[in-house]
Amino acid sequence: MTFSADSYFASVMGEFESLAPATKMQISRRSLLKLTGAAGAGLVLAFAIAPDAEVAAATTSKEFAPNAFLRVSPDGSILIYSKGPEIGQGIKTAFPMIIAEEMDAAWRDVQVEQAPINPKVYGRQSAGGSTSIPNSWDQLRRAGAAARAMLVSAAAKQWKVPEAECTTGDSIVMHAASKRQAKYGELALAAATLPVPDPTTLKLKTRAEYRLLGTRVSGVDNRKIVTGQPLFGIDVAMPDMVYAVYEKCPAVGGKVKRANLDAIKGMQGVKDAFVLEGNGTVSEVMPGVAIVATSTWAAFKAKAALQVEWDESSASRDSWTGAVLEAQKIAKQTGKQSITKNGDVDAALKSAAKRLEAFYSYPFLPHASLEPQNCTAWFKGDAIEMWVPTQTPERALQGVAHVLGLEQDKITMHQTRAGGGFGRRLVNDYACEAAAIAQKVSAPVKLTWTREDDMRHDFYRPGGFHAFTAGLDAKGKLVAWRDHFITFTSDGKSPVTGGNMPPAEFPLLLVANSELQQTMLPLMTPCGSWRAPRSNAVAFAVQSFIHELATAGGRDHVEFLLEIFGEPRWLPPANAGALNTGRAAAVVKLAAEKAGWGKPMPKGRALGLGFHFSHAGHFAEVAEVSVDAHKHITVHKVTVVGDIGPIVNMSGAENQCQGAVIDAISTMMNLQVGIENGRIQESNFTEYPILRMKDSPQVDVHFIQSDFTPTGVGEPAFPPAAPAIANAVFNASGMRIRSLPIRSQGVSI
Amino acid sequence: MFKVNGTEHSFEGLDPATPLLWVLRDSLGLVGTKYGCGIAQCGACTVHLNGQPIRACSTPMSAVEGQSITTIEGLAALDGRAEGALHPLQQAWIDHDVPQCGYCQAGQLMTAAALLKTTPHPTDADIDKAMSGNMCRCGTYTRIRKAIHAVADGGAS
Ligand code: FES
Ligand code: FES
Repeated sequence: MTFSADSYFASVMGEFESLAPATKMQISRRSLLKLTGAAGAGLVLAFAIAPDAEVAAATTSKEFAPNAFLRVSPDGSILIYSKGPEIGQGIKTAFPMIIAEEMDAAWRDVQVEQAPINPKVYGRQSAGGSTSIPNSWDQLRRAGAAARAMLVSAAAKQWKVPEAECTTGDSIVMHAASKRQAKYGELALAAATLPVPDPTTLKLKTRAEYRLLGTRVSGVDNRKIVTGQPLFGIDVAMPDMVYAVYEKCPAVGGKVKRANLDAIKGMQGVKDAFVLEGNGTVSEVMPGVAIVATSTWAAFKAKAALQVEWDESSASRDSWTGAVLEAQKIAKQTGKQSITKNGDVDAALKSAAKRLEAFYSYPFLPHASLEPQNCTAWFKGDAIEMWVPTQTPERALQGVAHVLGLEQDKITMHQTRAGGGFGRRLVNDYACEAAAIAQKVSAPVKLTWTREDDMRHDFYRPGGFHAFTAGLDAKGKLVAWRDHFITFTSDGKSPVTGGNMPPAEFPLLLVANSELQQTMLPLMTPCGSWRAPRSNAVAFAVQSFIHELATAGGRDHVEFLLEIFGEPRWLPPANAGALNTGRAAAVVKLAAEKAGWGKPMPKGRALGLGFHFSHAGHFAEVAEVSVDAHKHITVHKVTVVGDIGPIVNMSGAENQCQGAVIDAISTMMNLQVGIENGRIQESNFTEYPILRMKDSPQVDVHFIQSDFTPTGVGEPAFPPAAPAIANAVFNASGMRIRSLPIRSQGVSI
Repeated sequence: MFKVNGTEHSFEGLDPATPLLWVLRDSLGLVGTKYGCGIAQCGACTVHLNGQPIRACSTPMSAVEGQSITTIEGLAALDGRAEGALHPLQQAWIDHDVPQCGYCQAGQLMTAAALLKTTPHPTDADIDKAMSGNMCRCGTYTRIRKAIHAVADGGAS
């Protein structure tokens, strides 16, 4: 059995990284294709993100259809397909905005539809690592620009004027000298007969020319959302559909010994109950009992009555309390591995004017998307049709093909809107389970996980520990830094997903004498990517300890950070994942200014700062916090400053930052799951109290719109919030928070 | 018999202990009302029972006999609004671009609509009190508060 999903995540995340913005994709005429199949439909322009060779090969076969396209109809409507999964990050609005901008289309003419899942047609269709925007930016812009060029060309031909004299705007081509103009719809049929221009010759707009990008656009699905229309995976309904639940061993790796299947089958509304052996791969199907019923409620009720005896001989016996004790012991020792070493830390510590030590820890977390995992599948003998709320539809396709032993072209997969992702839906275990159940049912079947299933069978953000030692010179400058990172491993070789620290982690490259040591504890509990993997936890520890150092040296926190950044420059590695100290300093300075750093405050109230760089985003946040005599914390306001390049949708980007900060407060204050005897201890929101409106602060968001390639905003605003608040709590009360969640230390919000 | 968005339905043959949520979603196809926790913790399943916000996941059918239910699908038509018109809160949700994933928003809207009925001009404290039974995993609280204020200040409810 494969309990760990680490190799699965390595491959998924590797795919995201390999497509990061630094990657130069060759775009040529061949990668912009005109669809000829839709005669009479007007201009239909397709574009491919695949590298040249693949496109060239694909166009010769009948298989090829492009990965996304726009269509201008003679009635003037413009249809844009959004290829990527919408999980609440706003991509279904942002992608089409980029195309519409370069096309000079009026946004009111644009309709957006979700593209079906078909990687052969659409290329990569995934959402993760905040990479959707940077990876698609150039391709989408060129697609829009090509459409515009063809519409201009059609008009110029009709009017017998030079193309260069024509201008566009608001879905109209204009020729000022002859006072002529034509709407895009009127030109669509003529444009469709023209050759597609070479995309590399297209002139793209400069930022000053943007009319749509950077404005506030309301989400394209909002009307459907507020009127309760079916959009989500869990909303899928078919005639004669049946409803399934699936019970797995609460300790990962357990197998079914026996279950009271006959009693279950006799229950009202139950159609069938059976054991699935599964294929033992935790990212696909683990052993369990499936119940199929006439309604979700009948299935839930039967699940509650289900009694399974598990064979736990090879199941997890993980214990979080055990790990904490072990880590506390190990923290006093030298780390087993040295991940990176710069200068001479021991010598620098010896000669340091001040030396500081601290031990930080944070717990395991489930993703807890509000829509529980679910999937609808309809097995039709030798083929299957599925409706999946997922972040990685291609992986779902591969997983289902593997589980059923089907060729991928026998699988039709539809992507639905997902009620939250946060990294949970990078894995498609629930889709594989639905497929396996559907194979035994002669009707469409909707598998719904209960909230309890969802919380107990996740791919968790791993907990972790940092034993820091650092030294300051006589002027309070940071001269030595050592982090002994205690994490987990499932294979004894490398850390679990989300539980690794690279040699470039801040501030290792910026301190003359620095070292990262690592010790790994064994773990069977599956781990996975969780919004801003690694950063979501590491930022709390590192940025809090930096504040401890600033305080110990009698330094101002802002000034101390700026000194660490030093001269403006790019740090290694030389790719899009690299930190630029100039951009970092700029966000810190602006956050301090916007939040009123240094302003007088009443007793018990203070500001705190946090900085973190992740997912190519430079973010600084300042929290304004009060602490009362009963250790009750009020977060009044969080000021966010980010540099992610130009903003695509201002409303969406702000919404992501506000949400990330509230998510971060929720997490640092209240959230954790325990693990004992391999079992996740929490199961519903009573024990996992996500932040409520009354405790959520005002969140002010500012962007430094630099001219770098735009990068993603779903994740990088999360990490700096927890240290900003923890540092503010210290400044307000003298209480230092070194362990999350802070609720476990008698502090309340 | 019970009424949903003005239409009468019978639930004969159904176990009277069945939660209203699953009758709405599975039997009547009204899937706007969402399942989030099943134990009255998250508010995703909020509907109105005779105008009062309730948790459909924890309301058995036996409790709605003879009663009138409004779901998110029926919110716009409340107060005799014309077909195709939106409830002012729904419009404000669009104008302020409130949703992220959107999964919690039907419940949020139903709670907010009930609040404005009883308290047409709520303070921040009123809003916090009324809305704190509705969780948003994506953290859209800042905008929900704004959108409610916008409707209240606009005088509509
Ligand atoms: S589903 Fe009813 S309150 Fe959560
Ligand atoms: S918008 Fe996603 S849960 Fe509220």
